[in-house]
Amino acid sequence: MSEKQHEIRLRINGTEHDVAVPARRLLSDALRHDLGLTGTHVGCEHGVCGACTVLVDGEPMRSCLMFAVSAAGHDVTTVEGLARPDGELGPVQQAFRECHGLQCGFCTPGFLTTITAGIAENPEPTEDEARDMIAGNLCRCTGYQNIVKAVCRAAELARDDRASEDGAA
Amino acid sequence: MTTKMMGAKVQRVEDDRLVRGTGRYVDDVALDALHTAVLRSPHAHARILSIDVDAVLDVEGVHAVWTYDDLEGAMAEPLPLLIPHPTLTHGRTQYALAKDEVNYVGEAIAFVVADDRYVAEDALARIVVEYEPLPAVVGLEAARTAANLVHDDVPGNVGARMEQSNGDAAAAIAAAPHTLSLDLKIERSACMPMEGRGTVARWDPDQGRLQVWTSTQTSTGVRAAVAAKLGLDLGQVDVITPDVGGGFGVKIVHPWPEELLVPLAAQKLGRAVKFTEDRREHFISSAHERAQEHHVEVGFDDEGRVLGLDVRFWHDHGAYTPYGLIVPIITSTQLLGPYKPGAYHVQFDSLYTNTVIVTPYRGAGRPQGCFVMERTMDAIAAALGKDRADVRAVNFIQPDEFPYEQGLIFQDGRELTYDSGDYPAMLDKIKELVDWDGFESFRAAKAAEGKRVGLGLACYVEGTGVGPYEGAHVHIETSGKVKVATGLTSQGQGHQTAFAQIVADELGVRFEDVEITTGDTRRMAYAVGTFASRAAVMSGSAIHLAAKRTKEKALRIAADALEADVDDLEIVDGVVSVKGTDSSIPLGTIAVLSNPLRYAFDEASKAATQFNVGDPTKPPVAEDDEPGLEGTDFYSPPRSTFASGMHAVIVETDVETAEIRILKYAVVHDCGHLINPMIVEGQIHGGVAQGVGGALYERMAYDESGQLLNASFMDFLMPYVTEVPTSIEIDHLETPSPLNPLGIKGAGEAGVIPGSAAFAAAIEDAERSALPSFGITAMPISPSELFALRAVHASSEESK
Repeated sequence: MSEKQHEIRLRINGTEHDVAVPARRLLSDALRHDLGLTGTHVGCEHGVCGACTVLVDGEPMRSCLMFAVSAAGHDVTTVEGLARPDGELGPVQQAFRECHGLQCGFCTPGFLTTITAGIAENPEPTEDEARDMIAGNLCRCTGYQNIVKAVCRAAELARDDRASEDGAA
Repeated sequence: MTTKMMGAKVQRVEDDRLVRGTGRYVDDVALDALHTAVLRSPHAHARILSIDVDAVLDVEGVHAVWTYDDLEGAMAEPLPLLIPHPTLTHGRTQYALAKDEVNYVGEAIAFVVADDRYVAEDALARIVVEYEPLPAVVGLEAARTAANLVHDDVPGNVGARMEQSNGDAAAAIAAAPHTLSLDLKIERSACMPMEGRGTVARWDPDQGRLQVWTSTQTSTGVRAAVAAKLGLDLGQVDVITPDVGGGFGVKIVHPWPEELLVPLAAQKLGRAVKFTEDRREHFISSAHERAQEHHVEVGFDDEGRVLGLDVRFWHDHGAYTPYGLIVPIITSTQLLGPYKPGAYHVQFDSLYTNTVIVTPYRGAGRPQGCFVMERTMDAIAAALGKDRADVRAVNFIQPDEFPYEQGLIFQDGRELTYDSGDYPAMLDKIKELVDWDGFESFRAAKAAEGKRVGLGLACYVEGTGVGPYEGAHVHIETSGKVKVATGLTSQGQGHQTAFAQIVADELGVRFEDVEITTGDTRRMAYAVGTFASRAAVMSGSAIHLAAKRTKEKALRIAADALEADVDDLEIVDGVVSVKGTDSSIPLGTIAVLSNPLRYAFDEASKAATQFNVGDPTKPPVAEDDEPGLEGTDFYSPPRSTFASGMHAVIVETDVETAEIRILKYAVVHDCGHLINPMIVEGQIHGGVAQGVGGALYERMAYDESGQLLNASFMDFLMPYVTEVPTSIEIDHLETPSPLNPLGIKGAGEAGVIPGSAAFAAAIEDAERSALPSFGITAMPISPSELFALRAVHASSEESK
């Protein structure tokens, strides 16, 4: 007997996608395998490592702990949606590059989404606040020191962006 | 103006795609592939009486199922014993799918191919296996006692017993004015890359060719293994290693059962097939490392100079020995670190247990050796009432003693000969960095606040860049762009950046114009792999040599074209010019001239057609030449090059809760000349974090029946940002290696090696301020273990 398929509409990075998925299909698998958005990585599938973190209505969520059907009707942002509209790297992406905040890059998308939400909530994090912001994500390569630097640098770049937007307005 | 790239903190070219989410890891490839799942043994030790897969094929979406009985030819033979060693008298490897018996929880028994992973896992649940459970051998004590055997035909569970010595250690100890003995222990941990194992294969029936994408540390190794096992010619198999989400050693093991079963299924089914390991599978079916127990006898003089050192240890290698004896051989040799004992004897038993296989994890046996040697140094200092750094200093090999022969045979079968180093200078640097001499006043100030702090120091030497060789191919295209291939793989070390820096410097081209490809057997079929901190040394050197060869050819052609002497030419930003003149020619044009053409396809190639170039009286390609602006070369050193380092850590141990806090972490590191200091420091940061994990958190919790109780990230405690030092003080020493053209030594593993040794020393130092008899002999140590250890020492001091 074949599994019942649910027709759902997912809004990912501002684009709507109609997909048919079984009820048990994880959002992470739907993003990766059904939509080809392979930037979201799966590191543990039990919600601990944070590699699969996406933003659901702006809030960081573990896409391995969420069914695709539950994401219907919500705005989902993945790492592919973090670049600037002109295609240049977004502030968090740019900060990771500048600060050598990544090595193998596998955990990176989850950090980028988490920090994007974090600096939206706290635009001027101290180093301690930066550590708190990323304390739910595992990285096995970097030892985290450069990721903490990247959080602070990303906040600085985002503040510069806002300042220049305000200046232009 | 081209600036020198070697030694510059160049930002990584890998990062753009990785931060955009457009990297390509193996599970990102072939989205149309069929998915697979593996039935794994729930028993640590059992005979398989029967396997019934009949119900599986009724599951809609299942394409095929394999058990051992379906395997033929070489696939039905045991997996390769990759590194045979004459001492490994009882080496054993598993089958791709278990035959008659399973020897660890997680061993592969059946392989299902289905439309997706969900359906494949549904199918696994329908397979019925009848087992006859056998007694499990878990832990070194059970292995050594050998009341039960892992393999019936391996007496005493001993896979190998190996012995090496330099001088008469027993006699030296017997004659020494002071002696000590220590019993020391390190527990199991594992690499735990964020991306597990994974393999994708496509069989092209039109070409009769197999394409394999795999998350490995050796593309060429997998290629040879797949070809041999599937009965294909090497030329029919291409292996591509895409972006790899971390390795740390575990992915050097090959072929994993799935690395063979996926290509087999792809060939049989005519479809792309994919295996993506999940985290629980990674815990129970990929490799672990570290578990060893050591007994040390040491004799020393009044200064703390080691006169004789005798080490007997037991190494838990798990259920099988695919990677031979590499880990315990490294422990037994690299244990000596920067020291020169008067005499040394070491003997180890490598023992079977019914647990996951043990193969190199970053550091590969060195963290254990370093722990043992450094605990010994601390014990000597305590026995003599001497400063711990002073005791180390009197034992150092001196800068004028290089090359220094330790009188042992290393992991590569070559003499253990250190090429260069300066350990006294390094000790001075680490003492300054951590303020060694000011520590007692810091301790007193903290004590006045009711706080307990301690300082630990650990030194190591690491043989890096082991052979046999690596190669490189450099090709300058007619656009002037430089395409470089080397065969070893990358798993986050920034090879595309570091290697491009080497090429830019040697060729005189812009860094941006260099593109590096790694781990693709179509581009470089001769390679070994990424392990033993060898990539920069081996491929870095090969790339340098290949670039040099290409440059020589470019200059020869340019000299002809510009009617100048080769010695008068220079290359800057990809343009060859006669020094001090306007006469110049771009490398792209030289590439055009290097390849005489019959047919033109654009303006540049028009210039190379035979009516336009060359002496009409000579062959268009000279007898001793070949077309194209290319160079290939290989680097094969006589032996390893020896990097070194020292770590110092200051900890606070909570007087009430025994919680361990890191107050300061300092590293001095010598990997010869640095290619990219940013990348090297990143490697150190990551290594230190893994050292923290190994010292304070990580252990594989097997129960007595061989079940791994903490096979998840929820229960296996890997450091988050909250567990690592907030900053690491780093200083570099650069004593170049005389063995390679760039003077470099490996840096990848170093950060993790002295972790357990340094933390044990620091915690012990902190505790001794309250309990003078306190000693640490086993790592890792948790707060509750420290709490319990305090109670033991407190009661033993009371009873004195």
